[in-house]
Amino acid sequence: MQATVQASPAPARRKKPLGAGLIVGYALLFLGAIGTIAPFYFMFVFATHTRTTIFNLPPPTWFGAHFLDNYQTLIGRIPFWRELWNSFYLACIATGTAMFFCALGGYGFAMYNFKGRNTLFTVLMATMLIPGLLNLVPFYLVMQALGWINQPRALWVPGMAGAMGIFLMRQYIGSAIPKELVEAARIDGASEFGIFLRIVLPLSGPAMSTLGLITFIGSWNNFTGPLIIFRSAETFTVQLGLRSMQGMGNTEWGALMAGTALAVLPLLIIFTAASRQLIEGLTAGSMKG
Amino acid sequence: MQDSLSRPLVARASLLTRWNKFQLRYAPYMFIAPFFLLYAVFGLFPTLFSLFLSFQAWQPAAGLGSMKFVGFSNYTFNLTDPIFWKTLKNTGSLALMSGLPQHLIAIPLAFAIHMGLRKLQSLVTAVYFLPYITSVVAIAMIFTTMFSQDFGVINQVLQAIKHIPLIGSIIPDERINWLGKKEFIQPAISMIVIWRYTGWNTVLYLSGLQAIPRDLYEAASVDGATTWQQFVRITLPLLKPIAFFAVTLTIIGNLQLFEEPFITVGPSGGVGQMGLTTAMWLYRTGFEFNDMGTAAAMSWLLFIVIGLLTLVNNRLFGRGAVAGGEN
Repeated sequence: MQATVQASPAPARRKKPLGAGLIVGYALLFLGAIGTIAPFYFMFVFATHTRTTIFNLPPPTWFGAHFLDNYQTLIGRIPFWRELWNSFYLACIATGTAMFFCALGGYGFAMYNFKGRNTLFTVLMATMLIPGLLNLVPFYLVMQALGWINQPRALWVPGMAGAMGIFLMRQYIGSAIPKELVEAARIDGASEFGIFLRIVLPLSGPAMSTLGLITFIGSWNNFTGPLIIFRSAETFTVQLGLRSMQGMGNTEWGALMAGTALAVLPLLIIFTAASRQLIEGLTAGSMKG
Repeated sequence: MQDSLSRPLVARASLLTRWNKFQLRYAPYMFIAPFFLLYAVFGLFPTLFSLFLSFQAWQPAAGLGSMKFVGFSNYTFNLTDPIFWKTLKNTGSLALMSGLPQHLIAIPLAFAIHMGLRKLQSLVTAVYFLPYITSVVAIAMIFTTMFSQDFGVINQVLQAIKHIPLIGSIIPDERINWLGKKEFIQPAISMIVIWRYTGWNTVLYLSGLQAIPRDLYEAASVDGATTWQQFVRITLPLLKPIAFFAVTLTIIGNLQLFEEPFITVGPSGGVGQMGLTTAMWLYRTGFEFNDMGTAAAMSWLLFIVIGLLTLVNNRLFGRGAVAGGEN
């Protein structure tokens, strides 16, 4: 990578002609970008080929005509649409509850001066550093004790007031909503919760939608959580379903790629529409920790 | 109307102010309570319980009553188990093999994107970031097909590159059996991890770069500093806090590596158990062998390793970097 470094243009590049090193640097940068999206491309290409043509020499590089066959195989092997629905249902509830409770918590931390605020906030931030793996076994046992195995709530309840989301909302509410506005509403006799509902929530749109997208994607992609909680096949999310298909002997790779493509497609659409917002939200949440 | 009601209104008003004061005082606690309640139940309690459990012998199927205090024997069992050490070794080499390149690529990449690309900046960033928001199951599936020995895309590309002089000589003659041969499993898994997280790190470094004032570079280039000198003298030192932070995240994340190897080579860890990480072994000990005590002890041992390495990282280049952040 040294080459890229040396080749990167100086800010004053207008003055300099394009050097050979610079061209090499940019060639590497764009080659890397192609390498990054290549797997997605092959996912879609393979989704349209049968297993035999995928493992042909050379492997297919352009779309085939077998997407519908693959799709038929897919829904014959696993209850794909139900699994997709399970994922969607879980992601929606997780998103809705997280948006509400994180905004509420963020509002509490951003707009009030109360005793112990800084200590409590430090505690909240510190919880993000504890490795999740530590809780893998006892988390399952807690859920078992609650009778929440195979229940979607085992995954959305614990995460609905997440530290990262509260942090995100606190940053936004603290900087975007003027305290005077809250004060004015208070003088007009609004209750604290009323202020949150009628003033803070409507004005927190941008941060809430970022948080919502992050939560939705996180829930949709979650693998370890469902792996531990969803033990019976009818509760499987799409991620578990796809993996169960790989486990069967004689993996139908074409069908599997079709299912994978269908499961990834919603995320690609969301990302295309809101990549900037998502990247900013995702990094802001961890940067300040 | 106001006049006739003025007296009771005063009384009501004072009651209202009392209520207002009361709710103003306690409202913020109510608002932040959900996090702390949920964390107590689903975070803190499980953590403490796992500490307790790590000193017990217990098969959950036999009920809570079958729990037996065994002192440190779960810990000594793990520490004398060769498989545990093997998984720790695998985890360590995977963490290094997949972690180091992420940063070695991400820093210059972020620098190039930041300095050079204007209009394409957000598009290129988005492209590199895309793998991060994709599910690990999908990623593992795609890579499994691409890693296929005889017909996989990756071997095809390698064969094509082989014709290029110089670079071609380092590529072996025969097609690599990526997921079927001991020595290639870890590089294959590492490639997936690198592919997935480099964009994430690039974005972290990019935001660090954006915080460096442009005039610093302008001044340096007026003084005749080359791009390379600017990179080494300005960019790298000022990126230190971000680098510290990003490396900390990589350490914590990579030492818990679970999903990528679990899906690509299966729970067994593949040939020679080369892909068996401590996290996978922990999962299997708990959920396959139902040995919750040993699994809990293992999680604490791993926690100690993560803690130690984070501390080392902190000592090595965290000085002055932690102070940044919020507030």
